[in-house]
Formats: sequence, structure tokens, C-alpha cells
Amino acid sequence: MVNLGFSIGDLDFKNPVLTASGTFGYGPEFDDFLDVSRLGGIFVKGTTLEPREGNLYPRMAETPSGMLNAVGLQNKGIDYFEKNIYPRISGYDTNVIVNINGSYIGDYVALAERINALDKIPAIELNISCPNVKMGGMAFGTNPGSAREVTKAVRAVYGKKLIVKLSPNVTNIVDFARIVEEEGADSISLINTLLGMSVDVRKMKPALSTITGGLSGPAIKPVALRMVWQVAKEVKIPVIGMGGIMTTSDALEFILAGATAVQVGTASFIDPQASIKILEGIEKYLIEKGFSDIKDIVGYINRNS
Amino acid sequence: MAKRIEDLKILENKRITDDFFILELFSAENLTDIKPGQFVQVRVDGSSDTFLRRPISIHDVDFEKNTFKLLIQITGNGTEKLSKLRNGESLNIIYPLGNSFGLPGENEKVLLVGGGCGIAPLLFLGKHLKSIGYAPDILLGFRNSERIIEYEEYLKIGNVFLTTEDGSKGEKGFVTNHSVLSTAKYDKIYCCGPDSMMKAIAGYCRKNNMNCEVSLENLMACGIGACLCCIVDTVKGNLCTCTEGPVFNTTELKW
Repeated sequence: MVNLGFSIGDLDFKNPVLTASGTFGYGPEFDDFLDVSRLGGIFVKGTTLEPREGNLYPRMAETPSGMLNAVGLQNKGIDYFEKNIYPRISGYDTNVIVNINGSYIGDYVALAERINALDKIPAIELNISCPNVKMGGMAFGTNPGSAREVTKAVRAVYGKKLIVKLSPNVTNIVDFARIVEEEGADSISLINTLLGMSVDVRKMKPALSTITGGLSGPAIKPVALRMVWQVAKEVKIPVIGMGGIMTTSDALEFILAGATAVQVGTASFIDPQASIKILEGIEKYLIEKGFSDIKDIVGYINRNS
Repeated sequence: MAKRIEDLKILENKRITDDFFILELFSAENLTDIKPGQFVQVRVDGSSDTFLRRPISIHDVDFEKNTFKLLIQITGNGTEKLSKLRNGESLNIIYPLGNSFGLPGENEKVLLVGGGCGIAPLLFLGKHLKSIGYAPDILLGFRNSERIIEYEEYLKIGNVFLTTEDGSKGEKGFVTNHSVLSTAKYDKIYCCGPDSMMKAIAGYCRKNNMNCEVSLENLMACGIGACLCCIVDTVKGNLCTCTEGPVFNTTELKW
């Protein structure tokens, strides 16, 4: 048997395969296809204080080896989450982590306080990187001062594990990683989507109602991998890598480059069982390579080059 | 029953016109849980230019052969690739997805209205309605006589009224211009076709106090309510076409 588990502080995860927020609903959407409790954790849909209708249709466009989305954090708000969704998902035998979003620092703080009170939610993912909202979102994650301020404010009220999700739409992502680590983040997840756009040549107009949107899928994998590698070398806290992971081999690239765990995102749209297949693939790889613990290969390329 | 992901064998890929073809897929699983109005998510090949699945409505189900059919129009790279699949090859499909058409009230008179590729889900619906004792009429609209598809299939269900935009077959104009709409009295209309056609039929039904259900075809990534891309603006806010639809009563839509 190989050990696939990892920890963020004293929070244990049974394995390093997690689902990316916004690509896995709340979990039950995938119950027909896999046993959600087998995953290391699920990061549920981005949640805000108030309900949000999101952006106008069209919200997505297929692009070469990827897709653009401009959903804009459509969700029913924290009240609805507490009352209707939390009871349905707190039975999963895995770490259920809520991705939180806001327009103002006060929103993030209020949300963190609310979620701190939910027994079965052991961590939050502070989303300072959503590219599809007019107020807040990526604005926090692309300005060093704001990134510091929001992380600090949430850290002050949130006692459980704080994971900060970084935006790739910056000049030097390592600066942001260092800032959130300094302000007490327990872990860093990256990357959120890359800002992109697409034009419908037949209709002669932008493909998305918002003109620009977030690019995901294999098209962004080399960029994501580079950023995860850069950040993992520079911080002491665990790094959760994501960006275009479709296969076991993709996930292993991130782990070998320094990610302690990975999130599977867009792949779940194409194969709802992608996360489980990747989990099984990682275990098989470790056995074949003769490793008994996933930790033995985290950042392997940095130790042996 | 549960949604599932399966590799289904293509029994037949039949080209019916220049740009339409029908895939008949065989499943080893029981298909009796498939309902009229539902759709499937087809994985083309996952390659760079056809990365996402393609949502396609279920055209017909044969419970004896344990097969179902997809009526597909070639509109881009994905459907072009699907049109070239050979008999015996397999296709990765997630199904059955979405809600289904509602049943008419007792003794209600029913009309099915379809345009172009939008006629697809109405065949299975029509057969089902007929099997449970309704006698639906069918009104189909096409651009011209050469583009008429599946006409004989619909004839097996009931009276078929035709329109073509150029008048080369049936009445000239759009389905909303057809005389049957002013001469016959229907209680319930089921409609699928281009947005402009469905909106016109919805308007007609509203004016004449008829119940109307439409089947929408929005861009989507996942098909299972996770990506929130395929939303439609309804009186209840944004709803996912893939899970709350694709069939909506027009009273729910902000049309």
C-alpha cells in the first residue's frame, strides 16, 4: 500500500486529488458518476454573501484545447448554502471546502465568520482571483496591497484552514504567494483562469456577453505548471496546483514540480469521472515507480536537478 | 434512473441529406428510463478543436432493439467529425440528461411544431404521446423542399402539416403562418426549432391562451448542472438548461 495522504497543518486529506471550485457544483451533481467521498476533498462552487445571478448568456466559448467562461459567480448566497446545501453535503466522508468571494473586504470577512461556524467545513478557499466579476474578485488578487489586506482581515476572523487562490493575471505570482503566506495563509491554490477572449466571426461579435472571460483547460497547463513550480520553491506552506489537468500524467507533472495536491477542474465537464481516474492513476504510478508515499515525489524535479 | 457514462456502439450512421445524418446507438443497458425531451452529451474526440462534449437531443428510442437515435445537423467541426463515424465504432456518451416534456391534460388536442434540426426531439415525443392514446398533429417547417427530413417518420404519428420558406412544398412561409394554426384548435403545443420560431410560437400560444412547452438548445460545457454556462432567464431567475430544462413551459420564460 502506498500513502497518498497529505496535510495542511493539522487538517488531513486522504489523497491529493481535489476538485476545483466552479467545476464540480456542490458534489451531488456527480453522485451518479463517482463516489465523491473517495476524493481528497471537494472545493464547492464560489459562494457570496448575497445571491448572485451571474453574467448574461452567452457565458462560455470553446477555444483550442480549452474553454472560456464568464459565469460570474452565480450562486444562491450563504443563507441558502447554510440552509439547503450544507445539510446535503456534510455527509460526504471527505473535506468539503467552500470557495468564498466578495466585492469588499467586509464581504469576505462576514462570509468567513459564517463558514467558521459550520462544523463540517474544515477550510475555506479565499478566491481573490475570479476574473468575471466587476467588483472585487481578481481586483484583490492582482494588487499586492489588496491581496495582503484581504488575507489579513480574513485570517483575523477565521480559525480553520485558510487556502488562498491566486490569479495568474499578474507579472510576478511569487510576490503574491509570499504576501499571503506572510499574512497567515495555510495553503495556496493556483492558478485561477487566465483572462482571455474570443470573437464569433460569423456573428461578428464577441463570443461572451462580457467580452472577456476566464480561460481554462489544457491550453493553460504549461503556464499553470510554470507558476506552480515558481511558487512551490518559494513558500513553505503546501501548494495546490491546478490548470488544465486532464490526465494522471498532467497531475503528476504538477506534483513533481512541487504541488502537494492538485485540483481537477474543466476535465470534470468532459469526463465526470476524471478525478477518480487520476486518483487511481497516481496510486498506480507510485507503485510502479517503487515509492511508498506521495510525499516522496512532491517537488521531485527540484531536488534532483 | 441514474445518469451514466458509456461507450455506445454505432449500429448505423445514416446520411439523410447533405448536412443531416442519424446515428443509431446500441446500449447493453436498459433504456426504458429515457424520456421524451431528454438529451445526451457526446464526446467527439477530445482533440484540440473539439474539446468539449456536444449536447444532442434524443430523436427516437427503440426499446425492443435497445437502441436510440440522434438526428444531427453538420454545423461545425464536432458534428462534421461525428458524421464520419463508421458503423461498429463506439461513441462515449453521457445520458440521459435533462428533464422531459410534460404530458397534455386528458383529451387535450396536441400539436407538435418543429423547424429544421429542431424537429429532432419531437419524434420520440410524438410516438410516446400516440402510444398513450393521444392523436397529435405535427407542423414542420423547412427552408425548402430539398431540406425536408424525416417526413415519413412523422406521418406514422399523425397528420403532418408542412411549410417551406420558398413554398416549394406545403404552405409558403414560416410555421407561424400555416393555416392550421387559424383553423384548428389546440390545447397544447410542443415546439422545438430556432429561437425566433419558438418565440413566435410562444407568442401565438400566449395570445390564444394555449399551453406551450419549448425545448431549448443553449451552449453548455458539462450537461449536469455544474458549469452554470447554459442558463436561461426565467421568472425564477437564471436556470440551467441542462438540468432544469431543456424543456420549459413558456410561462416560465421571460420571452
